[in-house]
Amino acid sequence: MKKLLSTALAVTLLGGVAAQAAEVKIGFVTTLTTGGAVIGVDQQNAVNLAVEHMGGKMGDLDVNVIFGDDGFKPETGKQATDKLVKQDDVTFVAGYIWSHVLLASRKSALDAGKFLISANAGPSQIAGKLCHENFFSTSWQNDQTPMAMGEVLNQQGVKSLYIMSPNYAAGKNMVAGVERTFKGEVKGKDFTKWGKDAQLDFSAELAKAKASGADGLFVFYPGKAGGAFIKQYQQAGLKDTLPLYTVFTVDGISLPKLQAANFDGVLGSKTTQQWDPSLDNAQNKRFVADFKAKHGTYPSFYAAQAYDSIFLIKSAVEAVGGDLSNMDGMRAAMKQASYDSVRGKYSYGNNHMPVQNFYLREVVKDADGNWTTTVAKTVYENHQDPYAKECPLK
Amino acid sequence: MAKHRSGWLTIAVLLALGILPPIFLWSGQAFYMDLATRLVILAIAAVSLNLLLGYGGMVSFGHAAFIGIGAYCVGIPSYHATYGEFDVIATYSGWFQILLAVAVSSLFALITGMICLRTKGVYFIMITMAFAQMVFYLFVSLETYGGDDGLVIDTRSELPLVNLDDPLQMYLLCYASLIATILIVRTIIHSRFGMVLQGAKDNNERVVTLGYNTYLYRLTAYVISGALCGYAGALLGNFTTFISPEMMDWTRSGELMFMVILGGAGTTLGPVLGSMIFILVEEVLSHFTIYWHLPFGIMLIVIVLFIRGGLMGLVTGRTN
Amino acid sequence: MDVALLFIQMFNGLQLGLLLFLVASGLTLVFGILDFVNLAHGGLYMIGAFICASFTFLTGSFVWAVLLALPVTAIVGIVIERTVIRHLYARDHLDHVLGTFGLILVLDTSTHLIWGPAGVAVPLPAWMDGRLELFDGVVVPTFRLLIIGTGLTIAAGLFWLVNYTRLGMLIRAGASNRTMVSALGIDIQTLFSLVFALGAVLAGLAGMLISPITEASIGMGNEIIITAFVVIIIGGIGSMKGAFIAAIIIGLIDTMGRSFLDDLFKIVMSTEAAETSAPAVSAMLIYILMALILALRPQGLFPPKVR
Repeated sequence: MKKLLSTALAVTLLGGVAAQAAEVKIGFVTTLTTGGAVIGVDQQNAVNLAVEHMGGKMGDLDVNVIFGDDGFKPETGKQATDKLVKQDDVTFVAGYIWSHVLLASRKSALDAGKFLISANAGPSQIAGKLCHENFFSTSWQNDQTPMAMGEVLNQQGVKSLYIMSPNYAAGKNMVAGVERTFKGEVKGKDFTKWGKDAQLDFSAELAKAKASGADGLFVFYPGKAGGAFIKQYQQAGLKDTLPLYTVFTVDGISLPKLQAANFDGVLGSKTTQQWDPSLDNAQNKRFVADFKAKHGTYPSFYAAQAYDSIFLIKSAVEAVGGDLSNMDGMRAAMKQASYDSVRGKYSYGNNHMPVQNFYLREVVKDADGNWTTTVAKTVYENHQDPYAKECPLK
Repeated sequence: MAKHRSGWLTIAVLLALGILPPIFLWSGQAFYMDLATRLVILAIAAVSLNLLLGYGGMVSFGHAAFIGIGAYCVGIPSYHATYGEFDVIATYSGWFQILLAVAVSSLFALITGMICLRTKGVYFIMITMAFAQMVFYLFVSLETYGGDDGLVIDTRSELPLVNLDDPLQMYLLCYASLIATILIVRTIIHSRFGMVLQGAKDNNERVVTLGYNTYLYRLTAYVISGALCGYAGALLGNFTTFISPEMMDWTRSGELMFMVILGGAGTTLGPVLGSMIFILVEEVLSHFTIYWHLPFGIMLIVIVLFIRGGLMGLVTGRTN
Repeated sequence: MDVALLFIQMFNGLQLGLLLFLVASGLTLVFGILDFVNLAHGGLYMIGAFICASFTFLTGSFVWAVLLALPVTAIVGIVIERTVIRHLYARDHLDHVLGTFGLILVLDTSTHLIWGPAGVAVPLPAWMDGRLELFDGVVVPTFRLLIIGTGLTIAAGLFWLVNYTRLGMLIRAGASNRTMVSALGIDIQTLFSLVFALGAVLAGLAGMLISPITEASIGMGNEIIITAFVVIIIGGIGSMKGAFIAAIIIGLIDTMGRSFLDDLFKIVMSTEAAETSAPAVSAMLIYILMALILALRPQGLFPPKVR
């Protein structure tokens, strides 16, 4: 017992000594265990690549990224955040794949006066009423991507829609988003169980969707559920009768797996996103090329946003000449969004959510025969989320 | 001799729990203070489970449900006090919230206990789990309180004399509650009631022939245990300020059971020691690797295989 | 609500029920004969799925993969039985629960270490991957039909095994009176290993059958194991007939709940509330059923005659 305590103490003291060196500490909370870890590992790889690309330095300071595992659970994510804030005393807490984890962890980081940077989750609350001057996002507000998809559906003349989504914060935002812009009729909706025991067999829901007689099927199934869904959609033979429109379901993570299993039904399918590996800018080319060289697959959008988050922090640290006590200076610098983002230039709204373009992406084979996505067209230019006006920040 | 040893150890461990965490706080190790608070709250839950599992021989695999109920009894009134509606229960008053937690947990224990205690052995294990799962899904379905996403408690319970926003005061309240819980359980098991309960565990028929209705005794113990655990839940909700159905997942019930067994079921200090080791080992292992579940799982198996009677058994030499 | 949809949902429910039966039958065998509560039974379901996935990529054929993966899963089962489970037989149920709880953590993390966190998608040969029109308007995926066929075949096989073979006789005898069996001079250790391996194979087969639909993924066993326990508790521990009937009932309830409960709820509450609460309430249904049955029959529907 005493031994354990003294080991624990020794670990902390060592940590304390390391903190003496001139460095900027960044906590990065993501999912490293459970099936959700497939996304977390992608983000972790991107963060490490970003640090490598900046030579391990932000200005004169060494970069020290400490990863925390949320175990796909809000409670665990909050504990990981608490630990980063209280024990490691980081200046920035970044990461957060899942909206419910971010919502649970938000207070821990912000109340302690840290910067909170979401590299994925964008729940409506944080864009609206719960917005905070020290919160920034390098991704999007949840509603935006499905709003873009709703727009696409209108343009393609889809008259009625069946909707399926996991039953958690982001799932509800996604559905709200597509309903916000889609002008046709919504024939039915299903929310399925999410979390570490998520429902992965969708037979009952697919049968309902088919029986509804809708023109199209809109789904949001991030991570491992995406591959499972696509497979069952294909097995149910709905491709011709009930075309599929997805957000965050077909991505750099599911495609290699779908290709390995040769589920070619996914080729040609379309999804909306603020970023794509084919976007033509120097930062993106370097990111995609080096990521592929190192890990053998295309980076996912999760990776792209994680990569951006580290460069956003770099721009802040350099703007204040490494003076990490200058919160106002760093905040002002981040608000400029003056770093080179892999999505190209964007700006921040009053709620510190990106105002950015959204593209329609199509699944194609690249020159080497690998399945990836490419930009089909631009759906929105400089699009701002609908909750910004609820945020009291200027 | 052995009895003396365990008595001294009990006093030493409880004293250490009283003294060390404040020292952590003053030396700037706020995180370890957090860890100690979580540990003490879970120890209360484990002590309450020990009344059933250790002394009553009732293996409840659904005890996490009481923690969840207790936590939501803090969260829901606080939510309505902040966001309106449901004025009857909308309050930050700690007295009200804690009483509500204890009352609802007792009621839930009474109703489910009446059904569960009709079954025996593994059926009891599984039906307690089934009821916990029902509560789990009930809270998942309550959209207003966040469903699966959980609920952030913006304002902690307001109590006279104690400010729960202060980590030290929060800890001292939990610590005092732990001592009180231990004393309550000790008093119960040394009473005539406790004798009957333990007698029924060893030989139900004999106690029944003596004219005791053991069903009622067990049910009473079940309700007391549920109430204590609900109280622990109210503390946990206040401590984490975030509550979600995840708190009552069946794996959480399994962890609670493990804490009791690890420390030594049917001993005063066992559950406290068990939760201590459990939390500390989890913390140390997860510090080194994200694959910490592997050594942790192996540890669980080895302990079940080789350390019978738990850590207290090792101390008192009562291993069998 | 049209008849074709109702029929398709019953089909889906039947398929889920038979899958549950495969898991639950192994569990009830191990439980009934070895008197052993195996929470880690779901781990074997997961291991089976991953081994099958690897063999599918190795051999290029799902059918070969299943045939190869079955004995490998049996071996994994025997290794687990020899190293951990065997030493717990003489203990009480509490120790079983805790020991196998630890085993779940070990199996899940080992799978993560071996196969990575991503999970594996399992491709099917074209002839299994299509659809069949059963009758007008009712089109079902061939593979789900195949799961139903396999499930029914296994169920028939198990009935034969339990009721008409020497092993089955021992199994039935063991379930009701263990001391008697060992008094008859039967090598109880070998019998137990055999039964445990059989349970592992059944769970593994279920995992293999579901992996082309949901992918092999970490923790997939923890999703199904609790439901499988509910099945055998409702059916009566040790009863194969009970497990079969309870599995089908639960499969149907779960699927019907997911398909029609929200429409039902919309009659009494707002659309919004109905859509979010219906999935949770349909998940609750099976536990409510279990509590009801245990309240009325504390030993389940078909308790073994003598314990």
